[in-house]
Amino acid sequence: MALNAIEWKTRTNIKPKINPLQKTVVNEHPLKVVTVTERIPRKIFGSQPSTGRTTPVSTPASILEPLTLALKQLDPLSEFTMQEIDPLSKMAAERDVTDAISSVSSKVVDDNPFINMEPWASRKAGILSKYTTSEKLSIITSFLAEGEKVILKAQSTAVDKVQHRLEQLDCFEEGSQRKLDLSQSEYIGRIEQLNRELVSAWHSEQRVKALKIAIQCAKLLADTDVLPFYPSKFVLITDILDTFGKLVYDRLRMKADYYKPGSSKAVPLPEDFTPDMVPPSAKETCLNWFYKIASIRELVPRLYVELALVRSYNFISSNDCPDALKRVTDMIHGVGNPLVAVYARCYLCRVGINVSSKKDHCSFLIKNFTGFLDSYQHLFSRSVKHELHKQNMHMSTYMTLYTPALDFILEGAVCKVNDNVLSDLINTCSKLKNSSLILNTIMSGFKPTYIAEQALEFLNMIGNCTDDGIPLHLLLRTLGLCLTICPPPTEQRKQILTIVWKYIAQLHNPGDYITCTEAWVPYVVQYFSTREINAMLGDIIDHMVPNRCYEKYYSELKLIIGKVVSHIPDFELLLVMDNFLPLIDLFQQDSVRVEVCKNILTLCNNETKTSDPVITNTLMFLCSVLHDSVNALTPEDEYKQIGEILCNVVRKVDYGRDFEHQLNFYVEARGAFSNIDVVLAELVQCVNSLSVNTRQIVKGIHTRKTGDFVRACAAYCFITIPSIVSERSRLELYLLSGQVALFNQCLGQADACFKAALAMIPTLEDAPAKAEAFLISYIKTFLSTLLVVPDNPEKGVLSLTRILLNVLREFEWNKQNCGLGTIYVNVIDMLSVMAQEVYPYHVDKVESNDSLYGSDPKFISEINNICSIVVGELLNLLQELGSCRRQSQIAVDLFVRIATRGDLNSGPVFHLALNLWQLSLKNGYCDVKYMIKTKDYLRRCSATNNMLQQLVQKMAVPQI
Amino acid sequence: MSINLDIRLKRADKIYHENENVVGVIVISSNSDFKHEGITLTMEGIVNLQVSSKNVGIIEAFYNSVKPIQLINLPCDVTGPGKLPSGVTEIPFEIPLKPKANKVLYETYHGVYVNISYGLRCDIKRSFLSKDLQKCQQFLIQYRPGCNPSREISVKNSRSPVHFELNPTMLTSTAPGAPDFLLKGELNTVCCNITKPFIGKLMLVHCAIAVRSIELQLVRVETCGCAEGYAREATEIQNIQIGDGDVPRNIPIPIYMIFPRLFTCPTLITNNFKIEFEVNIVVVFENDHLITNNFPIILVRE
Repeated sequence: MALNAIEWKTRTNIKPKINPLQKTVVNEHPLKVVTVTERIPRKIFGSQPSTGRTTPVSTPASILEPLTLALKQLDPLSEFTMQEIDPLSKMAAERDVTDAISSVSSKVVDDNPFINMEPWASRKAGILSKYTTSEKLSIITSFLAEGEKVILKAQSTAVDKVQHRLEQLDCFEEGSQRKLDLSQSEYIGRIEQLNRELVSAWHSEQRVKALKIAIQCAKLLADTDVLPFYPSKFVLITDILDTFGKLVYDRLRMKADYYKPGSSKAVPLPEDFTPDMVPPSAKETCLNWFYKIASIRELVPRLYVELALVRSYNFISSNDCPDALKRVTDMIHGVGNPLVAVYARCYLCRVGINVSSKKDHCSFLIKNFTGFLDSYQHLFSRSVKHELHKQNMHMSTYMTLYTPALDFILEGAVCKVNDNVLSDLINTCSKLKNSSLILNTIMSGFKPTYIAEQALEFLNMIGNCTDDGIPLHLLLRTLGLCLTICPPPTEQRKQILTIVWKYIAQLHNPGDYITCTEAWVPYVVQYFSTREINAMLGDIIDHMVPNRCYEKYYSELKLIIGKVVSHIPDFELLLVMDNFLPLIDLFQQDSVRVEVCKNILTLCNNETKTSDPVITNTLMFLCSVLHDSVNALTPEDEYKQIGEILCNVVRKVDYGRDFEHQLNFYVEARGAFSNIDVVLAELVQCVNSLSVNTRQIVKGIHTRKTGDFVRACAAYCFITIPSIVSERSRLELYLLSGQVALFNQCLGQADACFKAALAMIPTLEDAPAKAEAFLISYIKTFLSTLLVVPDNPEKGVLSLTRILLNVLREFEWNKQNCGLGTIYVNVIDMLSVMAQEVYPYHVDKVESNDSLYGSDPKFISEINNICSIVVGELLNLLQELGSCRRQSQIAVDLFVRIATRGDLNSGPVFHLALNLWQLSLKNGYCDVKYMIKTKDYLRRCSATNNMLQQLVQKMAVPQI
Repeated sequence: MSINLDIRLKRADKIYHENENVVGVIVISSNSDFKHEGITLTMEGIVNLQVSSKNVGIIEAFYNSVKPIQLINLPCDVTGPGKLPSGVTEIPFEIPLKPKANKVLYETYHGVYVNISYGLRCDIKRSFLSKDLQKCQQFLIQYRPGCNPSREISVKNSRSPVHFELNPTMLTSTAPGAPDFLLKGELNTVCCNITKPFIGKLMLVHCAIAVRSIELQLVRVETCGCAEGYAREATEIQNIQIGDGDVPRNIPIPIYMIFPRLFTCPTLITNNFKIEFEVNIVVVFENDHLITNNFPIILVRE
């Protein structure tokens, strides 16, 4: 077609005016989301910029590759796993923080003394999961009939209502109570049902029924016929009682509208009301409740229900509430079953803490603990032994049932009293017989700082405990946990360890041994040298190897390794320890082993580099465990995570200036981690940066040795890239490696890389790599690189560009988007720049085509030839596209190129330009504003160019 | 047409003392006008004495003494015949609380054989075609603190703590089965203020077998009759457990009981009837053997 056979001529004397862009030096990537990477108390970093996040989150410092780390937030999953640090170290961290805060602001009045205490809500789940049973539980109740037989009839008259209520009461009374035998889950279901029943009874105005349900629930707490489940039962039932207490309290508060002095409008009581604000009618209702519960026959339900309602005493007078707590504390002595009694005390403390105002002394807390001590010997009485025998339970197991309640009481008490009281308690305790339970409670309840100071004394007491309550290994474990949080005085540390290890050595049961050792690991790791740590690890191995008993204790061993890794000050010392790898060898089961390695490597994510071959070897060993675990069934996330860990290790190894050693390491790593794409990509990146670093050191002038080295690097990249699965990263890496090779003056290697990339394009299969958006921008980058690549003398002029054009033409483009058109416009850009005498940029020490050809006319005409072909192709494309918005856009683009880059002195070019302008105006698809701007721009450019002036004059602009 | 009649007392707790004014409103709500033949408000106070069926033979002999004793009967005419408008009509009233001549206003008490109750009754008389309307409203009488009508009680009033000790040798009945035990205890007083709880403590020093339960039983002793003869009945008011299961030894267990309202009143001794109270401390052993220690108590209002 005549129109399409245009002869192109390039203007060769364009002097580009380069305006230097404004630059400012920054330290952070502007798009990076600021995250706090460490738990730091705010006070210290008061001047930090606000982050927009309220809670500091501990994030892994560098397991993500740096670019993603900079650009995106942590993916929620890994964030989640990082938050799930084990409770102890979390506790330790929190103590640190609170200690720091309290030391800074010791003058500030501590308004909530229980802030250090783990709240009940978070203990609940622990208790429920720990104390379970497979035995049948029985529940006696009248409210859980399968088919509720209360017939709700229309209660039209008052008489009916009364009669109906009486009937109901009758039916709750004797006769209809039934004993049900249930499994644990059924039992829990029933209790939940009772809870719902209570709430619905309350809301349907059947308050007597609600009270009866509450009483029946509380009654369940009086019996301990399935001991192991009792703590869980307590949790479940006290929840119901709490609900009941809240319902009563809220209702009374709602009824108690009060009149502000001087105002005649009733307003609801404020949160911090005083009894004299409460109107007499509400007081009367409240008193009625208390009279009612005071007449509950049985002791345990009466105590529980009164405690549930204790907050409502505030409606009557402000003294009643503390008085009631004190009284009930004494009354619990009447509960014969020590387990029931201690849980009643626990409930009292729980309720008491909630209702006490901040200034109260909360003396009931310590009183309840001493109350328990007073009747402590009762735990060893005949009746308890008889019950244990009946239920076939061992004393030590029985003792553990007490711990949740005792811990809660004591922790609460400790928040409110000073150290003198504590030492008194310890004295009392040391005088008691069978004191292991109390000792254990004191150690877990008191402030760890206090325990740590007296660690030796405690050890002594532990040694003297010979009863069959809490066994030795658990006592030692508790002490170990304390010392982990707070270290004992420096001079005692050694002695403590010696004594403890003497005790631990006596533990023959591997289960006891490992639970105890696990608690002491952080202590040893934090305060002792490598020798001791190594010895300890050896000891663990010695205990675990016989009879392959490690198989039973994988979870404990895993915890131990986790603690060692997280507490050790110098991670590298650990890796070179004799006993470290043998310890890991204990994990024979693949899945556990992989998990352990993963944990270790994730935890060692600090930034330090290493060059020690032993460490490197150990790391490589751990990594290969991970790497070998990957198979076809590995989930995507797992695969990604392992990839990130391995990348991190690859980055960690750094031999400094010993580049050859470094390259060897990369070669080795490539061999070891060939299955994981990301790692290979990372390796290529690493080698490229190695190569660039080399060039920087020799300042661009390679000696023979460095020249060989960078060629080796280029070769490494060239042969590594094909084994990467992802086509997209392969394309990108080819380009990058080519650029680096070019930078290092390895022209042949660069050429090979570019050709390989081009050869890939026609065979692309992956959807993401085939996406035109990616491909277009990729090819644009490629074009700007091509500008400075010198021609290979053996292959003729512009061979790479020709190959590229051929590849592009073969590629299946989406006809509608006309991506090829966009690229062609850019190709014209590139080619016309190539025709200039001096190129706008160069690679240092590499001669590009401008100096090779020196604007030889043959070269220029070759360029013009190619341009003509491209323009022809482009016009064909436009024709195929038909008239549409896209066509108009491309036509304008091409027009601008011709106007600015083409030689308008040539008649056909001039006409072509004019035609294109018309074409873009046709059919009204054009962006009028853009066209006007374009015209203005060209007019300003046309000052020195006659032909352009003519062109501009002929350009018609549509009216807006 | 529906008419609602209600008596609302000003005091939420409805507790009044002698010589006070009972203040409140009569609330009549109706959705139309209606005629009436007069509204009266009556204040009544009555002691009802009942005879237990097993004593009926003796009682019949002096039947006269068990007829109800009226303490107050005070009818007031609120208004003569007239017409009330539709809507809510509130008629305030104020009646002085004064006993009939030679009578004393005893405290409200609900027992088994003796009932002392006070109430207001509002009657609206209507023409013979329509039903009369009636509404009753109970209220409570309490002595002023410190003023107890039974003078002779406060004389033998003893406030000192009462110590007690129980062991098998002190048991009156010698039924076999009582284990070897020693129970020590103390009551703060047996002359109790009715508004304060009953307080004391007890301690099981030693016991050969396990204890099942320790309970406090509050008993009312009602006597109907006069000097010539009487019927005395003891019945349980409530039973409160203070020790559940095998209680720890040598630890004081609090004795604590709140006197229930309405079912207790200050100890009352009159010519026609008596209301007295007792507390039993009951220990039940595991072998179902049961021992009881009885303490007569005097209740006063202070």
